[in-house]
Amino acid sequence: MVSTLTTPFAEVATSNASLRAFLHGLPGVDRVGADARAAMLATRSIKTTAKGQAIDLAIGMVDLTTLEGADTPGKVRAMCAKAVRPDPADPSVPSAAAVCVYPDLVATAVQAVEGSGVKVASVATAFPSGRSSLEVKVAETALAVAAGASEIDMVIDRGAFLAGDYLKVFEEIAAVKAACGRAGGAQRENGAGGAQGEQAAHLKVILETGELATYDNVRRASWLAMIAGGDFIKTSTGKVSPAATLPVTLIMLEAVRDFARRTGRKIGVKPAGGIRTTKDAIKYLVLVNETAGPDWLDPDLFRLGASSLLNDLLMQRQKMATGRYAGPDYFTLD
Amino acid sequence: MSERLVVRKTYKLFVGGAFPRSESGRSYVVTSAKGDFLANAARASRKDARDAVAAARKAFPGWSGATAYNRGQILYRVAEMLEGRRAQFVAEVVQADGVAAKKAGELVDAAIDRLVWYAGWSDKIGAVLGSANPVAGPYFNLSSPEPTGVVAVLAPPMGPLLGLVSVIAPVIVTGNTCVVVASERAPLPSITLAEVLATSDLPGGVVNILTGHQAEIAPWLAGHMDVNAIDLTGATPELAVTCEESAAENLKRVLRPPAGPVDWLVDPGTERMAAFLETKTVWHPIGT
Repeated sequence: MVSTLTTPFAEVATSNASLRAFLHGLPGVDRVGADARAAMLATRSIKTTAKGQAIDLAIGMVDLTTLEGADTPGKVRAMCAKAVRPDPADPSVPSAAAVCVYPDLVATAVQAVEGSGVKVASVATAFPSGRSSLEVKVAETALAVAAGASEIDMVIDRGAFLAGDYLKVFEEIAAVKAACGRAGGAQRENGAGGAQGEQAAHLKVILETGELATYDNVRRASWLAMIAGGDFIKTSTGKVSPAATLPVTLIMLEAVRDFARRTGRKIGVKPAGGIRTTKDAIKYLVLVNETAGPDWLDPDLFRLGASSLLNDLLMQRQKMATGRYAGPDYFTLD
Repeated sequence: MSERLVVRKTYKLFVGGAFPRSESGRSYVVTSAKGDFLANAARASRKDARDAVAAARKAFPGWSGATAYNRGQILYRVAEMLEGRRAQFVAEVVQADGVAAKKAGELVDAAIDRLVWYAGWSDKIGAVLGSANPVAGPYFNLSSPEPTGVVAVLAPPMGPLLGLVSVIAPVIVTGNTCVVVASERAPLPSITLAEVLATSDLPGGVVNILTGHQAEIAPWLAGHMDVNAIDLTGATPELAVTCEESAAENLKRVLRPPAGPVDWLVDPGTERMAAFLETKTVWHPIGT
C-alpha cells in the first residue's frame, strides 16, 4: 500500500528509519511561543455582525456527536433531526456539517439524514483506544462504509507511535484509507454523503493529542497522518482529558498549512472534545483564519466535534436576534 | 512613630461563591448618608448579570435538592456568622443609614433574628402551603410547594442590611437560588454580607450579589429567559413597569414593589416565601 502514494513523500515511508528521520527532522515546536500565540489570538473581540456570521459558520461546521455506550437508535434519530434543523422554530439556521456515531448506528443515522446534505461520520478502528489488530480495524471500517458512512474517524495506535514504531502507524492509516475507498462504491449513490461527489469515504485521523505528551509529537503525528493519506486530522476522541486545546489546534493548523504549501493538497482539521461555548468556537475560527488562512473557514476543511456546543450557539444566535438572554429551557435536551 | 497606613477594603461582586471585579472594570463612588466618601463599589454590567444567572442556575439542582432541614441549618449558620461580625455591620449601617449606633445595633440584631426566623421555616412551609386535597374520585390528592428556580431580586434602597436579609432569606430558604442587585445607594453592607455567606456553608452560586445601577442591570435580568421570577421590591415605579413587561416574555413570577415605605422590623409573614413557590399536585390511586 506504500506504493499507492503519489505524494512527494513516497520515499519517506519506505522504512521506519526513513519515517523517523523525516518526522524527527521537522522543526521543534516552541511550547511557550505556541501557548502565547494561541492565547493572544483568543483575545480577539468578535462582535455584532461578525459574531453573527461566525455563529452561523460554526453551526455549519459542527460534527454533532454522540459516542456513548447508552446510545439508542431513538437517540441517534433525535440527534440527526437536530443536525438537519438545529432550531425547528427558525429555518434560517444552517444545518450542522455531519453527525458522528458508532458504526452499528450508521445505518440508522443515514436513514435519518437522507436527502438533507448532512453527512454521516462513524468512528472506527477500535475507538477510542485503538487497541486491536489491523484486521479488525479494517473490517470495522469496511462495515461502517458499507452501512453508508461518508466519513470515517479512525484513531491512531498511540502505543506504537510513542514507542517509535511510526511505520506501523503509517501502514494502519494507509490500510484504513484503502478500506474507506474499497467498501464504499455502490452504497454511496443513495447515501447521505452523495453530496460529496466522490466515491471514497473521507478519512479523519484522530491523533488523541492528550496522550501524545509533547507538542513536538503532535506535529509529528499530524505529518504522519497527512503523509499516510488522511483527509482530516482530528485532535481527540473526547474520551481523554485534555481533549482539544487551542495551542494543539494551532500546531495542527500550521502542519496542514505547510503540507498544502509543499503538496498542494489541503487537509482538514477537526478539534473535538471540550468545546462547549460559542466563545470557544469563535476562538477556534480566529485561529483557523490567522494560521491556515480563510480557505480553511469551510466545513470541508474545518469541523468542530461537539455535542453541547450546538445549543450554546443557538442560544447566542437567539440572543442576537431578540436582544434578550436565552435560556436552556427553550432548547432540546440532548 | 509613623502613622500606620490605612488598609482599605476593595468592594467587589459576589458571583458563584467568588468575588470577581465587574468584567467591565467600572466602579462608582459610594457615599455615606451625610455625603462623605466611603468607598468605590464595583459597577456591574449586563455581562456580570449574565454570569450571575449562570452561576445561580448551576447551583439550583444542588440547593433545591438539599433537604429542608439542611437548608435551615445553613441559614442558621449564616445567622451565627453574622452575629460574629455584629460590630462591623453596626458600623456599616451607621455610615450607610446615618442612624445612631444604638438604632443600628437594633437593626443588625433584627437582621440576625430574621435569618433565624426564616431558618425555622425551611421544614415547615410545606405543611402550611401544601395540602391533602379532597377530590371526587378514589385518589389521594396531595399538593406540595416546590421552588420556582432562579429568582432575580432588586434589593430595597433603604435598610441596607435588614431590608437585604429580608428579601434574600425568604427566596433561598425554600430552595430557590438568586441574583441580587444590591441597593444602589448603600451597597457596601451587601458585599460584607457576601463575605458572611461565603463562610457559612452556603453553596457557591445560591446567592449572587451585584452592585451597580439597578436601572442598568434589572431590565437584562427581567428579560433573561433563564430567570424564573423577579422580586421588584427595590425598583422605582418606572423601572418596575419596564421590568414587568420584559418579564412577561417567559412568564416570570413577578413580586411587585410595595406601595409605600416598608417597615422591615414588622413580622413579614409567609408572603415572600409563597411568592416564589410553585405547587406540585400528585394524584395517587388508592389501593394497589
